[in-house]
Amino acid sequence: MRASILRGAGALLACLASAVGARAELRVLTCEPVWAAVVQEIGGERVRVDSATTPQQDPHYIQAKPSLIARVRQADLLVCSGADLEVGWLPVLLRQGANARLAAGQPGNLDVSKIVPMLDVPTSLDRAQGDIHPYGNPHVETDPHNIARVADELAKRLGALDPSGAASYRARRDDFAARWTAAIARWEQRAAPLRGMEIVTHHVAWAYLVHWLGLVDIAQLEPKPGIPPSASSLAQLLGRLASRHPRAVVRLAYEPERPSAWLSERLSVPALALPHAPGATPAAKDLFGVFDDVIDQLLRARSAR
Amino acid sequence: MRLHSVRVRARVLPPGPLARRQPSGLRRLRGWLGSLALALACSNPSAALAASGEEDAIAALRRDVAAMRADYEARIAQLEARLATAESALQTAAAGPASAAPEPMPTAAPAAASSASAFNPAISAILQGRAAAIGGPDGSRDIPGFLLGGEAGVGPEGLSLGETELALSANADDKFFGLVTVSLAADDGETEVELEEAYLQTLALPAGFTLRAGQFFSGIGYQNGKHSHAWDFVDQPLAYEALLGGQLRDAGAQLSWVAPTDTYLQLGAELLRGESFPAGGAAHDGLGAWSLFGRVSGELGASNTWQAGVSYLSANPRGRASEDRSGRVFDFSGDSDVWIAAFVWKWAPQGNFRERNLVFQTELLHRHERGALDVSGLFGTYQGDQDGVYVQAAYQFVPRWRVGLRYDRLWSDDTLTGIPASWLPDDEEPSRVSAMLDFSNSEFSRLRLQWNHQWGGLDGDDAIFLQYILSVGSHGAHEF
Repeated sequence: MRASILRGAGALLACLASAVGARAELRVLTCEPVWAAVVQEIGGERVRVDSATTPQQDPHYIQAKPSLIARVRQADLLVCSGADLEVGWLPVLLRQGANARLAAGQPGNLDVSKIVPMLDVPTSLDRAQGDIHPYGNPHVETDPHNIARVADELAKRLGALDPSGAASYRARRDDFAARWTAAIARWEQRAAPLRGMEIVTHHVAWAYLVHWLGLVDIAQLEPKPGIPPSASSLAQLLGRLASRHPRAVVRLAYEPERPSAWLSERLSVPALALPHAPGATPAAKDLFGVFDDVIDQLLRARSAR
Repeated sequence: MRLHSVRVRARVLPPGPLARRQPSGLRRLRGWLGSLALALACSNPSAALAASGEEDAIAALRRDVAAMRADYEARIAQLEARLATAESALQTAAAGPASAAPEPMPTAAPAAASSASAFNPAISAILQGRAAAIGGPDGSRDIPGFLLGGEAGVGPEGLSLGETELALSANADDKFFGLVTVSLAADDGETEVELEEAYLQTLALPAGFTLRAGQFFSGIGYQNGKHSHAWDFVDQPLAYEALLGGQLRDAGAQLSWVAPTDTYLQLGAELLRGESFPAGGAAHDGLGAWSLFGRVSGELGASNTWQAGVSYLSANPRGRASEDRSGRVFDFSGDSDVWIAAFVWKWAPQGNFRERNLVFQTELLHRHERGALDVSGLFGTYQGDQDGVYVQAAYQFVPRWRVGLRYDRLWSDDTLTGIPASWLPDDEEPSRVSAMLDFSNSEFSRLRLQWNHQWGGLDGDDAIFLQYILSVGSHGAHEF
């Protein structure tokens, strides 16, 4: 009888300990799904990560949903691309979420644009040029070197926020870095024939991929960044492309298909929806699959015709 | 219901209460073993691969350097970072397996603006203008059965400038955020300056609390907190116009709390000066109104978000003046209580608002007033129960184009003693239907065409508006 009471008390204690343990789990909120995948690689079972956007959502245009305020309220770490990509909703979430741990400059706020070299930093600012980003192009995740940089920084941040797990984060980072470095070498080798390949893009979302692989982004479907293409702007673009030979029309998975389909039909080149995060395309099952799929699709487009 | 969520479970140890109690020494050992295995796996072959890859990359980068024009600095920073990574990788390979876990290199930070203007607050201006054809009298108006106040009215006929809003906001320091919104309106050839909002808000209170102090739009209802440029129609719902004088905005303090739950729950309370309709006269030495509000919100899949809220406002008007168009001034002193129930539902395929979306919103307002009336020296008592409801939907059917439909209705039940009941007739049910079409060239500009049809004792039948809204300056993030 006594023994069973003791056993019961023991079980209860174990239960409590596990509840405390569960509460000690770090909660991470990312603005974009790609960072959630990196956090998952580095954090493993010690973190619970949510992404504010799905791969099917344009992170520039989502709404400051109250459910996200609830996430901000509870998060220990926020990971966002920054450079004003989330400017339409994140400031509201941060103010209403009342969570001082995530304030800019705190260890709990990881602004990716502050730790990777930015491209397309404009030399003049005028919205007549479209919805330009004063701090540079925020779509940094299309270069795998930037993902490696974020993984490194995450190991540090997670370790600082959860010191008892620092060794685990470092070990997982090392494991990831080894696999990632090997993958980058593989991708760069496979993508060598893509150097100099001309593409047309929907939005200037591929600057980092273009820079990494030596592609040439000759035109955008959007007449100005952030201004959706119209029938007349597309017709004008087609005229301007008369003497060029792009090999593909590229868009993000969440961008509308119709404008690229229209142009690709007239140029007789494939229209590609390339993934920028796991889950953006059926083939991009994880971080590695993202770049496998990007390169597969581009290689197929190059050898088409 | 869930966000895009990734939850990783323990893989190495069987799940259970003990899994989390693994001694830290063991975990460290696992970490070391992992590093060691990794180091063995990736020492020489991959380093050689990386080195040859890096030579190519460096050559490619050199070519890029030649091509750089505008963004020299950023790209040079990247080059340096890559070279440093290459060097450190080589060093690591040379040092052997023991140090195969290099600390991440400090990456080059983008050049930061260093001028004094870097600390300027976010500045934005909202420009609004309209053309209106109003069948019936313009300007202020009567709504039968209601004592009006605040900014009730249909606005001017013909071409006119709407409110021009200037907003400044910034974090004052790590604890406070401050915002000022000034509205400029043309009025009979003069410019009327009005302080819309001026408040501080805490950033670092513990446990999910936020305190706001100053002058602000009250947190009651749903539409109440929206600036006019964020409305889906040119004008306010009739219920807000009749029962809250447009929008409730007053000086005071607001404490709100967000619950630490996955489902959003916000509770708030306000203590207000009591200067603004339906209060007035700042009773109780400037503590003339208070309110309570709560709202919950959730999601259905990635495409649907809903929010429901209830609010209560208690106001003590003292000598609150309402003038009708025949020139009679009703001075009311007593109690005014307002209850609001609000429901909002937003739909966008996969949550992508930019392509297509539907916003449905409805609110029910009930006001109960009782007290004394003084109509130009004629004294009496007044008790009123008034209700207002609106239902509206705005549908963006293709990017940039939206259509909207709204239905408004009011009811009143007034009991007067000592004053002729015909001065406040309550046998009408003022109603209105509005349809709108708007076009947004970008998120910073909008053109809107709206048609109103009204009946039930409201002056005039139809009104047509053409409106522009332009947002200049820093991006203002909008609340849900």
